[in-house]
Amino acid sequence: MSPTQQYDAYGTEEATEGTVFNVAGQDWDEVVQGAQESEDDRLVVNMGPQHPSTHGVLRLILTLDGETVDETRVGIGYLHTGIEKNMEYRTWTQGTTFCTRMDYLAPIFNETSYCLAVEKLLGITDDVPERAQVIRVLMMEINRISSHLVAIATFGLELGATTVMLNGFLEREYALDLFEMIAGLRMNMAYVRPGGVAQDLPPGAIDKIGDFVKRERYRFKQLRKLLDANPVYLARTKNIAYLDLAACMALGVTGPVLRSTGLPWDLRKSQPYCGYETYDFEVATQDTCDVYGRYLVRMQEMDESLKIIEQCLDRLSSGSAKSGPVMIQDKKIGWPAQLALGPDGMGNSPNHIAHIMGQSMEALIHHFKLVTEGFRVPAGQVYASVESPRGELGCHLVSDGGTRPYRAHFRDPSFTNLQAIPAATEGSMIADVIAAVASIDPVMGGVDR
Amino acid sequence: MSSQHPEQQAEQAADQLPAHGEEERAEQPIARHGMFGARTTGDTSGFGRLVVRQSPKVSAERPYGGPTTTGAEGEFDEIADALEAAYPDFGEAIERVVVDRGELTFVVRRTHLLGVVQTLRDDPRLRFELCLGVSGVHFPAETGAELHAVYPFLSITHNRRVRIEVTCPDTDPHVPSIVAVYPTNDWHERETYDMFGLVFDGHPALTRIMMPDDWMGHPQRKDYPLGGIPVEYRGATVPPPDERRSYV
Repeated sequence: MSPTQQYDAYGTEEATEGTVFNVAGQDWDEVVQGAQESEDDRLVVNMGPQHPSTHGVLRLILTLDGETVDETRVGIGYLHTGIEKNMEYRTWTQGTTFCTRMDYLAPIFNETSYCLAVEKLLGITDDVPERAQVIRVLMMEINRISSHLVAIATFGLELGATTVMLNGFLEREYALDLFEMIAGLRMNMAYVRPGGVAQDLPPGAIDKIGDFVKRERYRFKQLRKLLDANPVYLARTKNIAYLDLAACMALGVTGPVLRSTGLPWDLRKSQPYCGYETYDFEVATQDTCDVYGRYLVRMQEMDESLKIIEQCLDRLSSGSAKSGPVMIQDKKIGWPAQLALGPDGMGNSPNHIAHIMGQSMEALIHHFKLVTEGFRVPAGQVYASVESPRGELGCHLVSDGGTRPYRAHFRDPSFTNLQAIPAATEGSMIADVIAAVASIDPVMGGVDR
Repeated sequence: MSSQHPEQQAEQAADQLPAHGEEERAEQPIARHGMFGARTTGDTSGFGRLVVRQSPKVSAERPYGGPTTTGAEGEFDEIADALEAAYPDFGEAIERVVVDRGELTFVVRRTHLLGVVQTLRDDPRLRFELCLGVSGVHFPAETGAELHAVYPFLSITHNRRVRIEVTCPDTDPHVPSIVAVYPTNDWHERETYDMFGLVFDGHPALTRIMMPDDWMGHPQRKDYPLGGIPVEYRGATVPPPDERRSYV
């Protein structure tokens, strides 16, 4: 209000009802406006690095205006373990035991991307036995289910729904039981190795996985009944953390978040590896660009994963991959130790020990050389990628011709996708920040490596 | 290994046969001394004084072929043609082209990096919408090009990949930032700066991302020690990983 139009608090102006007295006027409007614009009521909140809803040690620095988020900054690095540096001091085969620990919810994907890169460097991509490739696909899809289950379970917990959490983790436990039976470990299995996989499926595995598929088909339906039309869940997820295709592309976001914008981009379809082009499955998409869309994409992907697992089981039990080696036949590369599950976990099989210690000196030398020194990989660099549960997981490997990676770098999807947090949360309510982070499903082990 | 294509076979041949391109090879920096990495303990192989040089830099000739085709025009030629047509300084900008293991790499001079990636993104025949980050590599022996920055690109429209590689000397570790063109590279460039000390000029806030802010040094450089302590186990002492015998 300009000074000439100032309202006189003492009532020289005549209203129709008579004189009106109030306390407005003079230049108080400007004072009030100034007070409203002041920065003093902004609250800077550190959410994390230890916070139950940040999926690990993620630190969010939120600038709040009331309950509205003005600015989000993301701090990472609390789980940096130097995996890439460590891999430069181990052989090519030992590399799997390191990279499997990056994204600890998707260990098989870490191993597979690394092994695909090593195989590309060696030029043996086509020589990996079919049975090994089918087992890799089988393990990856079980892993995709277990990872998505954690994503949905922790998401439920963070929104306050303990039932979702308990059910999700319960079903994941069944998937981890399968891993334990096949690889000897529930997590961080180092099961996929350059040239194939560590060992063949144990007896009875096909039936057990078949039972798992049957059970999960029913349980996923139950989970969807619980969540799909739940009014509380819808209120917390619909139109929350909007990220459209332009935002996803600019920020390099891939995986379920990208597919929730309607783009059917899935490396399993567009750039197949491990024989994915021979499996029948659909790419799940939604066009809502919000948290609910990402949830639906994950649920659909789990159903598709079950379909792929069934096809794998067909091939492993009666199809083309019914029998055969699971490790490359080139003895200069294939791991010499035949592994077996013993009472104390997986180790060298007794037959193999008897062979190298009691029967063949040459076999012992070969074993010793390949295990301690490792194989040499021709100099050069490659980039190999797989569609992990969180998006494109790429592995950039450089070899100088030696027995160790000269440089190993992983393009982890969690790392890249986390950059979208400010775009997805600024301007929203603080409660929606939790939903936004959970819908991106970052795993800090993969982010910080 | 019959499935390899000629470029790769040529490179492997160069690795395995020192007689091939002897003079060219003799100019290369020394990669290692001795048959094995051991310098102190019993290397009885007799190869202790062997000098092994790095393999010469490969560069591909036309036709480049494609991920699966070799010896004929393919996808890689289309990419190169499109880039040549859309980027006027192509000849000056591209140091060499490498086709290896079914992948195409343009080694770009750093002054032209920003222009090349802008063209890669915007030209309809190229349309590399996704930049998959940047990975640093440290080659201490390559004088004048110790630090490499490697950018993988992906085109969703054409379903193709290409790689851009930029080098810079350790004494002047500056590479232009491409965050303005690809915002996704924000954190990737910070990580590469943190780990390798590559300075990305024009980055909005180039700070450390993994290591603490006051950390000294850049951990993934080759001259940075891995660290670790000797471990005693049943009377024997196992040295830390970077001090163990290596067979590099």
